[in-house]
Amino acid sequence: MSTGYNFAYLDEQTKRMLRRAILKAVAIPGYQVPFGSREMPLPYGWGTGGIQVTAAVIGADDRLKVIDQGADDTTNAVSIRRFFARTAGVATTEKTREATVIQTRHRIPETPLSEGQIMVYQVPIPEPLRWLEPRETETRKMHALADYGAMHVKLYEDIARFGHIATTYDYPVLVGGRYLMRPSPIPKFDNPKMDNSPALQLFGAGREKRIYAVPPYTSVKSLDFEDHPFEVQRWDQACALCGSTESFLDEVVTDDQGGRMYVCSDSDYCGERRQEQGQ
Amino acid sequence: MNALAPQTGLLPGFNDPVADSQKMFRAVLEAMSRPGTIVTAPVLPVAPQPLNPVAAALILALADYETPLWLDPAARQPAAIDYVRFHCGCPLVEAPDQAGFALVTDAKSMPPLSAFHLGSDEYPDRSTTVIVQVPHLDGGEAWRLKGPGIRDQAILAAGQLPSAFKAWVQDNHALFPRGVDLLFAAPGQLAGLPRSTLLEG
Repeated sequence: MSTGYNFAYLDEQTKRMLRRAILKAVAIPGYQVPFGSREMPLPYGWGTGGIQVTAAVIGADDRLKVIDQGADDTTNAVSIRRFFARTAGVATTEKTREATVIQTRHRIPETPLSEGQIMVYQVPIPEPLRWLEPRETETRKMHALADYGAMHVKLYEDIARFGHIATTYDYPVLVGGRYLMRPSPIPKFDNPKMDNSPALQLFGAGREKRIYAVPPYTSVKSLDFEDHPFEVQRWDQACALCGSTESFLDEVVTDDQGGRMYVCSDSDYCGERRQEQGQ
Repeated sequence: MNALAPQTGLLPGFNDPVADSQKMFRAVLEAMSRPGTIVTAPVLPVAPQPLNPVAAALILALADYETPLWLDPAARQPAAIDYVRFHCGCPLVEAPDQAGFALVTDAKSMPPLSAFHLGSDEYPDRSTTVIVQVPHLDGGEAWRLKGPGIRDQAILAAGQLPSAFKAWVQDNHALFPRGVDLLFAAPGQLAGLPRSTLLEG
């Protein structure tokens, strides 16, 4: 563990500010609470929001898992895990079941989450209406009035143009029947896992300075239409390594002859299945 | 700290401010994300009269110079005022609707919840978090809770609250997303009642 830093890098006043924002976020599910985002020792876009939320939440008894696109062994995941091992001295793990805090970029683990676990999402753009209305004053008013017609129009235009809703990731959800929320760029495949999850879900956007939350057992409904119900993507293939037909698959190009394989994006889930199969 | 104590009567705060604040915050996070759940307080500092140790720990963990604090008249005693001024440095306000945090030590004579800052439609997060000190969390009138954080239903039976309190909580919920959030501080235990929680019956 590195010396010369406060526990978990941030100073105590910053952590208190973050903690107050997190508590308000939990009390108003889906609402984006502004907070004083600090400069972190890594650039925006690498998970500064998620790291600040994790730093405010984590304690010496926690066990941290960090995933990037589902994998524990990618650059972003490895550096963030090492950051907290060094500045907070916390135990780390790659096992979803063993983790008390899971920081994630762009995936929710395949292994079902349990009560007492905290998911921390790294969020690039927290405002679901931002590409439809660039003015913060206006989007804030739209949230205040629960005026989400613009998003329905956007989804409708998808149907008019493509015959189906073409949004495949960062698919907008309605939290607790009130606030429209961006689930961060997770594939829409993961959206159903957010609904009534036993785990607490926290979202941090560092550059945009927003924190929001979904408490456990809270309804998270993906927007859709009666005649165009929400659907998740399916694959014709199974995972080439573990044979799973239920997980989210990444397409991996293996040579320049058009060879490719499909493997689970969740490295812990895939590894566990292969271990069970004795490979 | 200990050298100061005999002369001023000022009580010490957390033994380990970093770890104790974090543990206390996690207890509050548990209480707020699972309304009605009775959470055991992980740290119990020596509290100045008339605060109980859980209420003192909540203030130490969450309040600072950014959060105006409202103390109810019963809590406005030199020992308590010195304690929060010294350890948290928070400004003390006279009007409950200017407070980021409010501490109610004598619930029987507390103002209605609508007297606190309720937030605005645009910024509902700016509302007051009201800490209510109660003698116990079971044995009062049992309320059935529903809403985010509750799987089926939860029961909370905080004791010795004003008779109108239940109606205040229901009115507060009706304002959602505006409204105050409540934390009950009982001896050794705490429970949360955010604005999102619906009281049934």
